[in-house]
Amino acid sequence: MELTEAIILSVLAASTPLLLAATGELVAERSGVLNLGVEGMMIVGAACGFGGAWLTGSIIIGALCGMFAGVLMSLLFAAMALGLAVNQVATGLALTIFGVGLSGLIGARFVGERITPAPHLHIPYVSDIPLIGRVLFGEDGFVYLSLALVVAVWWFLYRMRAGLILRACGDNHVSAHALGYPVLKIRMYAVMFGGACAGLAGAYLPLAYTPFFIPGMTAGRGWIALALTVFASWLPGRLVIGAYLFGAVTILQLHAQGAGIGIPSQFMSSLPYLATVIVLVLLSRARTGGSTAPAALGTVFVPDR
Amino acid sequence: MRDTTSAAPHTSATPLLQTVGLTKRYGSFLANDKIDLDVWPQQIHALLGENGAGKSTLVKAIYGLVQPSEGELRWEGQTMVLSGPSQARARGIGMVFQHFSLFDNLTVAENVALGLDGKESFKEMSARLEQVSRSYGLPLDPKREVWQLSVGERQRIEIVRALMQNPKFLILDEPTAVLTPQEADQLFVVLERLKSEGRAILYISHKLEEVKRLCDTATILRGGKKVSTCNPKAETAASLARMMVGTEIKEVKPAASREITVPRLVINDLNLDPDDAHGVHLKGISLELRGGEILGIAGVAGNGQDELFAALSGERLARDPGTIVIEGIAAGHLSISRRRKLGAAFVPEERLGHGTAPRMRLSENALLTGHAAGNMVQHGFVNTAATLNAVDRATETFDVRKAKRDPEAASLSGGNLQKFIVGREILRNPAVLVVSQPTWGVDAGAAAVIRQALLDLAAAGAAVLVTSQDLDELIEISDRIAVMFHGRLSASLPTASASREKLGLLMGGSSLETKEQAHAADT
Repeated sequence: MELTEAIILSVLAASTPLLLAATGELVAERSGVLNLGVEGMMIVGAACGFGGAWLTGSIIIGALCGMFAGVLMSLLFAAMALGLAVNQVATGLALTIFGVGLSGLIGARFVGERITPAPHLHIPYVSDIPLIGRVLFGEDGFVYLSLALVVAVWWFLYRMRAGLILRACGDNHVSAHALGYPVLKIRMYAVMFGGACAGLAGAYLPLAYTPFFIPGMTAGRGWIALALTVFASWLPGRLVIGAYLFGAVTILQLHAQGAGIGIPSQFMSSLPYLATVIVLVLLSRARTGGSTAPAALGTVFVPDR
Repeated sequence: MRDTTSAAPHTSATPLLQTVGLTKRYGSFLANDKIDLDVWPQQIHALLGENGAGKSTLVKAIYGLVQPSEGELRWEGQTMVLSGPSQARARGIGMVFQHFSLFDNLTVAENVALGLDGKESFKEMSARLEQVSRSYGLPLDPKREVWQLSVGERQRIEIVRALMQNPKFLILDEPTAVLTPQEADQLFVVLERLKSEGRAILYISHKLEEVKRLCDTATILRGGKKVSTCNPKAETAASLARMMVGTEIKEVKPAASREITVPRLVINDLNLDPDDAHGVHLKGISLELRGGEILGIAGVAGNGQDELFAALSGERLARDPGTIVIEGIAAGHLSISRRRKLGAAFVPEERLGHGTAPRMRLSENALLTGHAAGNMVQHGFVNTAATLNAVDRATETFDVRKAKRDPEAASLSGGNLQKFIVGREILRNPAVLVVSQPTWGVDAGAAAVIRQALLDLAAAGAAVLVTSQDLDELIEISDRIAVMFHGRLSASLPTASASREKLGLLMGGSSLETKEQAHAADT
């Protein structure tokens, strides 16, 4: 009982940064921009988030610092990939490399420091119900925020006109431009949203997951978030399932190692990617037509005026 | 309609829309040079011109998509400045694009909503969509996604979307280019009705017979300048064409007699699965093409023509080698180069990216299809002199106009590049030439050169297979015409007995039984 509860709690905690980053990337990709810089935006978000919280003593200010740093990073990407129409893949990779270096620089003086991690919700009695009490009503605020964000994004994409326009830009930017929509501006906002989410996801790590900062602490979570958007076939609902599945694999791998099960850890950590490949194959086989990916994803758009 | 004055009769005092000295410059290039145009209510006004004459730029300026460099637009006599299409729509200007501005993975209703300004709820909009589409006889299912629809249905979305803004002024950019003759007739009924409702229509087309039938006034552009405004009903198709091109177009002449020889290209019951989700299954395609013959394949785009071309050229291999026989040799399993060595040559539809590598020089592009046969490669080394020689021969024989001897493919205009590609293949003296959309988007002068070249090649004994969506072109050059529909190929009809109506019905797929009967009659 105790162990099950502990495992579920740690799965939720491990999944939340994935879900946050992937939600942001999903919005960016739905607008037609492939930003491979998620890892870079996350790690800078982690450094700045920890710095903000350590200097002010406020988790909320830390989280805001992380988001702000993520947005600044994404603006760098937007200036290159949208403003100057540079290849998106190359720009995204460069952003990650840059972010890893930059976060080491920013975070150098925070290494070894500790903060009080984000508090967990506690509702008297309710949170004390065995198993479900702590799982459902005893999480930190970020967990609830990430789920609310997914619902909000779903509502935005499928129930709001602005969301329809954003999806239209991702499907066919030439048509969207011909109808008079400012494709590049819409994409810039989508990329900035992606940056804010990635920054927050990065900040979650030192603010709630482990209460200290170490260089490279995102440890590839940005890449998993990218795989996750594909795994979810760009649908917000599937993103939640995918994120918890990927989070579970990460945690189970640790427990499997702890229990001395003789599966190489490298194999276990590759499971999320393997799952993505399998899902992609299944999706493309099951597809009767149309495209699951945003049709204009990753293509450069230069309006003629 | 016996009025032959240059301007059509009109009731109102001022034109609905005027362009006054409208000029659009792209760098040093003048796309529109001081164009004056008056469009009156209750008028269908044709805008004629060759590719590159400036029609698209002009309508983009009227729709607010590009800003004029000089001159102005007037709407009901008042100066109008448009900073974007939404302002044009707000005034009552609607546009139906040539290359549809639709979103394949969104539903019909979502596509329509994107073209409106979002003042009504999605539900109200869907209800109005059903009502408008029903009242104009343009049925649409709002819940279907666009990729599932035929080209005709897609155009219906564009038209209904424009009509839902209740426009006073509607621009249609080559609306019939992708329609069967019957679908075009249905469109004309809608347009006549819009006109009778008092709306003005600006109609871009280069189908002159259609313009004569439908339009009250025609403005002709050439090289970015206005040539004249006239009454198309008082002109002949030839006189309109002369104004568009500026010179007489040479008549294409078939050789007096051609010797029909041995079968050079045979397809036996070719079946092929599509390689992507949007592709077409080829089902039981059979044909026999003899030396000296030109066979035309008609059909609305997307009915399997691309797949057939890929199967013939060897870009996709057939499972059974015997399904494609080139010069008596089973070739279904052979690579593109092996097929070229058998004497086949291929000209794909897409000039840039498929027919040529855009950023490579012409000589390098000559090598790309010429390496298999001939002397361009010796002991694994490229014979540069031979590749340049091939460029020079194509340039000379087919009058390819270019700035230097060996420029990049992308720097040539569409017509000149197409002449080069067709010339490159013809100069290899192929026994079989498979060519897709030989004159798509090519000016009338270059089109005449290319059609003549195909006729001459057949007269020299080659078998020529032409796929085209331009029925007039096929009727002009082919001996027999077959129609593709949903991946099937009809039996071929001798061109003399293939009326436009008959072909149109086959293109709409409405007489597959006739095809079955024709098959039965053949065997």
